[in-house]
Amino acid sequence: MSSSFFAPARVMAIGRNTFTELVRQKVFYFLLLFSLIMIGSSSFLAKISFAGEFQMLKDVALGAMSVFLCLLAILATAMLLPRDLEDRTIFTILSKPVPRFEYLLGKLLGVVFMLTLSTLLMGGLFLAVLLMREQVVLMETQRSLASSPQELAAAIAEVKRSAFTWDLIPGMAILLVKSVLLASLTLLISTIATSGIFAILVSASAYFIGHLQVTAREYWLDGIGVHWWTRLFTAVVALIFPDLQAFNLTDDIVAGVHLPMGIFWQTVALGGVYVAVYYAVACFLFQNREL
Amino acid sequence: MTSRLSPARIVGGIVFLACVGALLLPWEIQLQKQGREAGFRTVALNLSLREQLGQSGFLAALSGFRAPVAAFLWIQSHIAWEHTEWGKMAALFDTVTTLQPHTLLYWDIAAWHMAWNASIAAEQDLNQQSELLRQRASDQYIELGRDILERGIRNNPKDYYLYERLGILLRERSKDHSGAADALTKAASFPEVPTYIKRAAVYELAKVPGREREAYQRLKALYEEGNTQRAPTLTARLHELEEKLQIPENERVTPRTKKAY
Repeated sequence: MSSSFFAPARVMAIGRNTFTELVRQKVFYFLLLFSLIMIGSSSFLAKISFAGEFQMLKDVALGAMSVFLCLLAILATAMLLPRDLEDRTIFTILSKPVPRFEYLLGKLLGVVFMLTLSTLLMGGLFLAVLLMREQVVLMETQRSLASSPQELAAAIAEVKRSAFTWDLIPGMAILLVKSVLLASLTLLISTIATSGIFAILVSASAYFIGHLQVTAREYWLDGIGVHWWTRLFTAVVALIFPDLQAFNLTDDIVAGVHLPMGIFWQTVALGGVYVAVYYAVACFLFQNREL
Repeated sequence: MTSRLSPARIVGGIVFLACVGALLLPWEIQLQKQGREAGFRTVALNLSLREQLGQSGFLAALSGFRAPVAAFLWIQSHIAWEHTEWGKMAALFDTVTTLQPHTLLYWDIAAWHMAWNASIAAEQDLNQQSELLRQRASDQYIELGRDILERGIRNNPKDYYLYERLGILLRERSKDHSGAADALTKAASFPEVPTYIKRAAVYELAKVPGREREAYQRLKALYEEGNTQRAPTLTARLHELEEKLQIPENERVTPRTKKAY
């Protein structure tokens, strides 16, 4: 193996190993199975409602994807460093010519692989359920309106419009970006955490604060007649935490709002910048940490 | 296990994050603005919604699960419908449409429940002896349905669908033909609307006293568009108006002698 300053092969080896470790954990199977059941059953949940089954199906399935991806990102990443410290595998790795930043990058990469696999599995199942349901509804529509060709064509177009839309694909990609961002934030927190539980709690808090960040930002920038220390506090919140609401695009996509590619790529780029920044700070903090 | 970290490094890390946050701030604000222009992030999660949703629901909506919370409440409204709890349904619809203002289906179905189901249930409410009060309650539900659709239109002004639904509500439930004609005409003004909406708008206009001439001109124009608009109802309305307005024989589309419509 190369002993150069940065060796992608070393990072990939750590990434692959981390990925294998993660997918062998029971919590991964439990969360993935639960999410797949939730997405699969969204078709039945949709039938409970008196109308708009596609709307319900998409709401429930994408909601389940969002919840489980965020949970997986936080739970999987928070346990990485504490477990390696506990098992002492970190000493085995770092005693070799592996820089700490490569170790962290490999760990993050392993989580990214796992999140991507989960997104593909959940997204694939969701699309399969959606398309199957679409076919069933199309057949029912053709049977019920076969006497009027014009109405039939309009009804079929309406069913197709409300079922699958191409905007769902970038919507799911944004869910993946958000979970990777959360993973990098959790990795940063775990470099200063003394236990996995602490990292999970702090990351979960950061998750909620991240969703309120935009409120803090507006209060900081527009708040008139408030105390200076309140503004200072909201400014600190607005500057340190990511704006996670920027990654909640699926709520509106399922409602039929079209996602312009400009906004999609900018959101992906914003997520990428956050991931890079959190990874850089994690390396900075982890570099001189006594193990 | 010992794991010490210099506090100076932690402070340095936080300062670095704050600096990057300051650099990213204009981009984030710009992205938020672009998103709002495209129809994203338009829901205001305020105290009023907090009261409607309860603490856990509000927290879930804040945490990026707005659509699933709306879907869950929508299912609850279905259960309320099964128990004919109209008041509870109205409250749930209010919350659902606040959470998902761009979902036309929620506005449409909510208005239908109020203006049709709840209104007719109030009309036939055997617990209420006074017919006057029954009618009053029924009218209030129709007004509620209308209000839901009008709010839906304000939230989705670029879609014809809710204008059409408003027109149908005014036609069927309020018997307000003038209002129905205006709403349907507005719906018909959107590109690529189904052709029947144009006809439906003029049929309503034909029922408004004093606007028969205008209705006749528009019906005639539709008739001249060709076979796609020449539905039997359109021809019948044309004939009725030609009789009513005493259109000269040479200007008529339907002959005076024609009886069977």
